[in-house]
Amino acid sequence: MEHTVLCRNVSKVYRQDTVAVQALTDVSLEIPRLDFVCLSGPSGSGKSTLLNLIGGLDRPTGGEIYVDGNRVDQMEKGALAELRLRRIGFVFQAYNLIPVLTARENVEFVMQLQGVAAGERTRKAREILKEVGLEDLENRRPGELSGGQQQRVAVARAIVSAPSLVLADEPTANLDSKTAENLMQLLRHMNREHGVTFIFSTHDKLVMEFSQRLITLRDGRIVDDVRRD
Amino acid sequence: MTITPRLAWRNLWRYPRRTWLTVSAIAFSAMLLVFMITLQLGAYDMMIDTSLRVFTGEMQIQRQGYLDKPQMRASVPAAQASAARLRQATGLQAIAVRANGFALASSGTRSYGVPVIGVEPAFEPRVSTLPRLIKHGRYLSGDSAQEAVLGAALARNLKLGVGGELTLLGSGRDGSVAATVLSVVGIFDSGNPELDRHVVEIPLRTFQDVFSMGEEAHAIVIAGPGMEQIKQTEARIAALLPAGQGLVLLDWEKLLPGIKQMIQADMVQNWFTYIILIVVVTFSILNTFLMSVLERTREFGIMLALGATPWRLGGLVLLESVLLTLMGIVLGIVVGGGIAVYLHQHGFTFPGMKEIYAQFGLPGVIYPKLSFASFTLGPAVIFLFTAAAALYPALRIRKLNAVEAMHAV
Ligand SMILES: Nc1ncnc2c1ncn2[C@@H]1O[C@H](COP(=O)(O)OP(=O)(O)O)[C@@H](O)[C@H]1O
Ligand SMILES: [Mg+2]
Repeated sequence: MEHTVLCRNVSKVYRQDTVAVQALTDVSLEIPRLDFVCLSGPSGSGKSTLLNLIGGLDRPTGGEIYVDGNRVDQMEKGALAELRLRRIGFVFQAYNLIPVLTARENVEFVMQLQGVAAGERTRKAREILKEVGLEDLENRRPGELSGGQQQRVAVARAIVSAPSLVLADEPTANLDSKTAENLMQLLRHMNREHGVTFIFSTHDKLVMEFSQRLITLRDGRIVDDVRRD
Repeated sequence: MTITPRLAWRNLWRYPRRTWLTVSAIAFSAMLLVFMITLQLGAYDMMIDTSLRVFTGEMQIQRQGYLDKPQMRASVPAAQASAARLRQATGLQAIAVRANGFALASSGTRSYGVPVIGVEPAFEPRVSTLPRLIKHGRYLSGDSAQEAVLGAALARNLKLGVGGELTLLGSGRDGSVAATVLSVVGIFDSGNPELDRHVVEIPLRTFQDVFSMGEEAHAIVIAGPGMEQIKQTEARIAALLPAGQGLVLLDWEKLLPGIKQMIQADMVQNWFTYIILIVVVTFSILNTFLMSVLERTREFGIMLALGATPWRLGGLVLLESVLLTLMGIVLGIVVGGGIAVYLHQHGFTFPGMKEIYAQFGLPGVIYPKLSFASFTLGPAVIFLFTAAAALYPALRIRKLNAVEAMHAV
């Protein structure tokens, strides 16, 4: 189980009425533990599709996908939810948070799903919020936080459940370059300090700079895969 | 507090105006139901009470089988002595003896077959309103007086007035001829055509002499202290019933089965109306529930992605609906119950109602019935309906797909 993620000949076809869209074609990929991987490629190249398949949010049309040695593409729904809850963290492009919950409650929400006791939940949430630099804003609701702060809360929430993998689909797309850079530094910090594998997508050159490994997709195929360290 | 109830509660207040409107709709219907049901049950009690007070009493002691087949020989032995014992043992004064017979009643020119009832003039006014409804003359003066009172319609038909002579001709308990001539001292007008057209009342002893009854009679009529204590009264009397004489205690439901049937029919009709009201409210609530779920599709998608099961999300939505409904119901019970309590103290009547009832010697005021059931029955049905309505959006969530949901705006 040396790989966090393993994809073998993964393809995905979306069917809408009579039209079929080939979103991914024959994608094979190995991502070792603690890797910090960037999926790049133009809009429509299949980045989100691939991340969703790895995260078990959608099923491939063909091929095999493993996360921590578990075959994701054939897992039944309940087991998938459990896998996401325990092993995978998600950060999305925007509006990641539950608007009626405060920053800390958003972080605690996942731990509640995991069944962590209330006291420990609060303690851990405070700790992680401090780590992302939001200790003073824990009682604010998402609407009272800036876009960058919201994304930090989302990162805190993804990390706090101690996953082995975090999937971040264009986490910086709605941020200015300075804020984006800060967020990327935070992700890198989490990758190192918490021993979590990261896969994020972007089409921003500046963001790609942070990756250890840069995979480029075009029309649903991997066209480039370079290690940058 | 765990996060789920907090989440549910705050979700309710995302759109306070919408929530208040929904709560108000539920509260209003709950209030209406509490008000109408307490009033309705109060009206039934009044109706029963009024019907029983006129003549029947709340319960009667009779010989077994007399109710179905009223034969003269199916009598209660030493009836007056028994009644006196009961009065003493229970402290209740509204206990009176009656004997029932049948005779050809005639005046100079006309004759009608009518029931003749022997009553105790001293106690009859306590179990029946008829003695107080004498419109001409007076009521019977004593147990052995050679007097009679009769209904207004019968008096008209016989062309008899106060001071006239009524001849009764029938057969006694032993089959002998029973005949007497009594002077009419009073004419009652109860408004009940059955009674006004048929009934002749004469003193009990006179009855017993004429119909060869000895010390026997046919019924000991008991009018307890009120509908509310009727069960206790019944138990006390039943315990005092002399054994081995074949006597039975019959309650009003057996004596006047028609009332119960009428009430049941009325209840069905009313519930039909209530259910329509509840269904209308339920649909408007269902709409609110659905909207609040649809507009949060994206959020649910995120929660699913984080590893929340559809069950949990369904539970959240259900909890929100339950909270919303409970708020409405509690508010409705408080307001509706408040009105009911006020009317319970002050009585409910509408213009003219009192006057109409007063003619028949009755109060004509409804006191809403306060009980756990009358307060909670309507709201409980509302709760069941809205909970069922909330199941629909809750179950829809189970079909939600995380990826598609997150693409929703
Ligand atoms: N739910 C869907 N239904 C139909 N086609 C889709 C759906 N999601 C994505 N696609 C198509 O699949 C291709 C890849 O999309 P996506 O993975 O979102 O690309 P990216 O994230 O790189 O922009 C695109 O052509 C897109 O139109
Ligand atoms: Mg995308």
